This record gives sequence, C-alpha cells and structure tokens, in this order.
Amino acid sequence: MNRLMERYLRLDALPTLFCAGCGNGIIQYAAISAIENLGIRKDTALVSGIGCSSWIPCYLNMDVMHTTHGRALAFAQGLKLARPGKKVIVFTGDGDCLAIGGNHLLHACKRNIDITVILVNNHIYGMTGGQKSPATPENAVTKTSPFGAYDEPMQGAEIAMSLGATYVARWTAAHPVQLQKSIEAGIKHKGFSLIEVISQCPTQSGKSVYGNKDPAFIINYLKQNSFIYKEGMEEPSGRIKCGILLHDNDKPEYIERMENKTEQYRKRL
Amino acid sequence: MEPQLAEPSPKGSRKVILQGNEACAKAAIYAGCRFFAGYPITPSTEIIEFLSSEMISVGGTFIQMEDEIASACAIVGARWGGKKAMTATSGPGFTLMQETIGYAAVTETPVVIVNVQRGGPSTGQPTMSSQQDIYQVKYGSHGDYEIIAMTPSSVQEMYDFTIRAFELSEKFRTPVILLADEVVGHMREKVTIYEGEKAIRGGHRNYVVSPQEDFYTGGNCLVEGQLHDEEGMRIGHLPSKSGEFIRSICGKIQNHIDEIQDVQSYFMEDADIAILAYGSVSRSALNAVKQAKGIKLSADEKEGKLRFLKKLVRKKSAEENPYSHLNVGLIKVNTVWPFPEKQIRRLAAKCRYVFVPEMNNGKYCREIERCLKECKVISLPKIGGEMHSPAELLESIAKEVKEDE
Repeated sequence: MNRLMERYLRLDALPTLFCAGCGNGIIQYAAISAIENLGIRKDTALVSGIGCSSWIPCYLNMDVMHTTHGRALAFAQGLKLARPGKKVIVFTGDGDCLAIGGNHLLHACKRNIDITVILVNNHIYGMTGGQKSPATPENAVTKTSPFGAYDEPMQGAEIAMSLGATYVARWTAAHPVQLQKSIEAGIKHKGFSLIEVISQCPTQSGKSVYGNKDPAFIINYLKQNSFIYKEGMEEPSGRIKCGILLHDNDKPEYIERMENKTEQYRKRL
Repeated sequence: MEPQLAEPSPKGSRKVILQGNEACAKAAIYAGCRFFAGYPITPSTEIIEFLSSEMISVGGTFIQMEDEIASACAIVGARWGGKKAMTATSGPGFTLMQETIGYAAVTETPVVIVNVQRGGPSTGQPTMSSQQDIYQVKYGSHGDYEIIAMTPSSVQEMYDFTIRAFELSEKFRTPVILLADEVVGHMREKVTIYEGEKAIRGGHRNYVVSPQEDFYTGGNCLVEGQLHDEEGMRIGHLPSKSGEFIRSICGKIQNHIDEIQDVQSYFMEDADIAILAYGSVSRSALNAVKQAKGIKLSADEKEGKLRFLKKLVRKKSAEENPYSHLNVGLIKVNTVWPFPEKQIRRLAAKCRYVFVPEMNNGKYCREIERCLKECKVISLPKIGGEMHSPAELLESIAKEVKEDE
C-alpha cells in the first residue's frame, strides 16, 4: 500500500464500502496529500453528511464527524465557530449538498466562513441505488427518471460563486494533481472555499449517465470532455469547465467580521 | 419537600427579578455554556435575544443560524469542538430538531435543548401555552433511544433545571431537553442566582460506548451517526452488536433513573387523593391543594400573586371551606422522562384517586394509568392555551369523588 495512505487510513476499517473503480479513492488521496503537504493533520477535522462521498473521511485516522443527510455544513460551522483557529474540511455529494443541504450551502457561502468543502459530484444518488440527483444531466434515465431527466441540472461550483463563496474550483477525477493543489489552496484560503470534483460512479452513473460502466472509459471521457478555464478565454460549449473559477481575497471572512464587531462591544463593557 | 437549589458557587448569590426565559439564559452561562446557536421563535425568543450579547460578554460564541435544523446541528458541532452548547426553540422548531436529537443520542453528545412549549399542531398558537410536546420530547426522533426531559414550573426552576440539564447531559453524555412552556418562559419572579461559573464534571467512561475525545486533542475521534463500536466503526449491519449498542445508550439512562429522577411531593403523607402535575400546571395544583387544606399562602408565595387571589383565599378560609373533605396532596414531576415509575408508585401507594391535569389532550396520564393499577387515574386535560385554575381543579376533583360516593 502507498506509504502515505498507510499512515492516514484506519486499516482495521478496510475494505471500504466503495465499489471497484469508484472516484472516492482518488479524492481521498488528493485530500490526504493536501493535508500532509500543509502539515495540518492534528489541526484539521473532517465533517461529512450522508451518501457515498460522505464515507471518504470515515476511513481516516483523524477527527471525523459523519453526520446526517444534508447537514454536514451546519455541524461544520458549529465546530468552526467553537474553534476558530482550527481547520474544518467538509466532504459532501451532489445530493447531500445541493438538494437536502441546499439551505446550509446558501448560508455558509453567504457568510464566507472559513471552511473548505469538497463537493463530490457523481451526478446521481449512488448509495440508494441510482436515482436522479439535482446534478443529473438532462435526458439521463435513472431509477426515478424513467422517461429521461427533465430538470435542468444544478452546477455546484457556479451556485457557490453566485452565493458568495470566495474560492471556487472544479476538477474531475481525471485531474488528481490539480485537485490536490486546489484543495491545498482552498484550505489556505481565508474564507469559504468549495472544490467541486466530477467523479465517476461506474455502478450507477456509468449505467445512467455515461452508458458505459467501465471506470477507465469514464475517466477518459472526463479527460477528453473537459477544459481548463483561464480568465478571458473563449469557453468551448458542452464541455466540463475545470480550473480555479474564483479566488477572491478581499471579502472579509465571517469569524473575522464577528470578532471585529464583538471586540468593539467588549471594549465598551 | 422543598425545591432543591443548585449548589451556590463560592462567589455567592443574589436575589433578582427575572423573566423565565432570561433565567434560563443566565443559568446556561453559569453552567459554563459558551456556545449558543438558535433561530427566533415565539415564545422562546427572549433566550436568543439575551444570549446574543451575554454570550459575547463572557467570551463565548453566539450565532443566529438559518433555521432550527442548522441550530441543533451547530451546537452538536460546537460540543465536539469542546464548548458546552445550547439552543432554544418552540414547537415547530423543536420538530425540525428531532433528527439531530437522534444524532446527539446515538453519538452520545451532551447538549441542552430548550423547548418553550406553545400550542400546536403546526403553527398552532404561537403566543399561548401548552404541554402538548410531552410525547414528542420522548419519541420525536426515529428509532430507540432514551431522553432526559425536565419540566420547570417557576422562574427559579427555569434557572435551577437549566444548570441541572447541563450536569445531566455531561454526566450521561446525552442530549437533555428543558421542556418549559409559555407560562414559565414569560413569567417574572424573584429568583436566587449565582455568581461565577459552575464547574461541571464530565461523564464517566463506563456510561458510554462511543468515542468521546473532543476534537483537536489528538484523539482521532470518529463521531458516527450509524450504530458503532468503541472506535466509532459502523456496526449497523451486525444484528447482535447493534442490539447491544441500543441497549447501552438506553440503559445508561434507564439504569440510573434513581440518580436522574426528581419528583417532589406536597401533603402526600396521609392523602388519599393526589394531583399529579408537571410544569406550570403544578403551580395551580399546589394552590388547589392548599385551598382544600385551608392553608393560607405563605408570605413567600404571596409575593407576586394577584391581589384578588389573596382575597379569594382569605375569604374561603374565613367562610366554610367547601373542599375540606378532600384529603388531597400533590405529586410534582420535575423529570418527566425517564419516567419516574417507582417513585410515583411509592408516593401514590395509598391513593384512591390520582388526577392528572395537563395542558394537552390527556397524554402523560396514559403513563400514570400504566403504572398505577390500584387506584383510579383521572385525566384532566385542558386545551386552548390556558392553565387550569385552582378552582377548576378542585371542582373537577369534588365532582368525581361525589359521583363515586
């Protein structure tokens, strides 16, 4: 086993629940590498909700809170507010974050609270067996969209930008190195950071979205059908927009704002 | 039995006039609560209002969250960050918090949740009182778990029970609910409060299954909502281990009921009729008992009472007391859950009648019926938002007793 993985994994918890070829392992490794590179293992807590991607932190030998469906950001904000000097990373999925947890995403982004979110988007509810999620592409036939999906799919990264997040990036499971660097940058960024990862679910979205359950096929597809965004470029249509989509260092962070205000109050006491 | 006050801190105490909700907020600060997350809702709003500044002056953290779901989640998150934490709400918000209460029970997280009850269902009666959440507080979240719930009947009890709620939650590593109601939340009374901060000791490792190390202390603590073992590893797929886990989180409360329970009795030594009440209704009940006995209200109790009530009592005791034949006492339940079955059975052993007045459709009386088989248990429900008056209670009791004779 990879040395770094060996040091971070709860070996007695293996094997993981993940299907063969799942993108979660790639994301887990990218996150571990980022944490290790920054040397913040002891000062970092991982919080997740419910769904396949929310199991990513549960195999790591760190402080981990595996919470309820959609609520990871609410738990994470309580933890961050209680310990402002420490780091909190949230693992969540497209259903967990954009459907049931949408309200918490809205308010966490708007607050610009210093939390890093890794939004694993596999376009489907994998754990419950392949139902349509808010990110499922149009026309995808899933267990709950038998005539083809007709909702307009939600774009996690763009939504976070519109709501006030200050570091937003998108990568795919075919970009593990860039993903790791963005996670590092997100953690270092003072403010709300969201890194969306388009990930393969060979078992469910392989069937419903890509029409091919071979993980290698999906990874190649993601590589070929994405482009890395650079400011001012002409964007090719129909391809996944990857890269650092927003990095705003000017907007004040929530706890800083809170402390500035309350400091004035305490002085008056 | 006189109400037991929380032990005064070495820094002393003083008497002040406070509103119930305010007393609850002050008690939380005294108990060491340093994190409050909430969402405004009538009739609990004074708690969040008061703590929005008070929490800051003691160096704690306050946040108004986007809803009650997020508030409950945030206090659980904060507790794992090492801060004692509380939220306060009322009916609709309490309903939204149920999922997280279950999460706190299964992860064995000590948090205090205040429910200042109003009339329901749904939006119901935002400004009126009720005791309709007595079952929701115990059975509100899905699955099997046990809850500790305390029902204050005065501003002093709002203060004392809040402190007790923190003590019990820390000791048994479990969510504790302060089940107040609009009447005690909004009433103002003279209370004794304490200076400084109470040192509340943490839980006994024997009581819990789950990993318990605060985050960022090097414990690599896995807090898991699925049923889990001592390492936090999921066992939900293993029937025998899962059963054991449920027995453990329920047992740590059920097996320590003698330590948790708080049941007071008034004039029960030779009573053959008991009123069993909890929360604000027990005030009317105690008044009714004293009227039947022809006892003038004590100087202490006179304070803050309306003048006409005093006149009424004086008049009644001067004339012939129409209820003097009723040998009635009061059983006042302060910890409604876990159900203090043995204690109630012992206190009501000699009773022919037990009357259970509640501001709901008659709920807790079912528990009483189940535990008292030898006597007649009579439900005195009152819905609509008002408390029972002492006169109403006495009339209902007299009527029932007369019909039987």
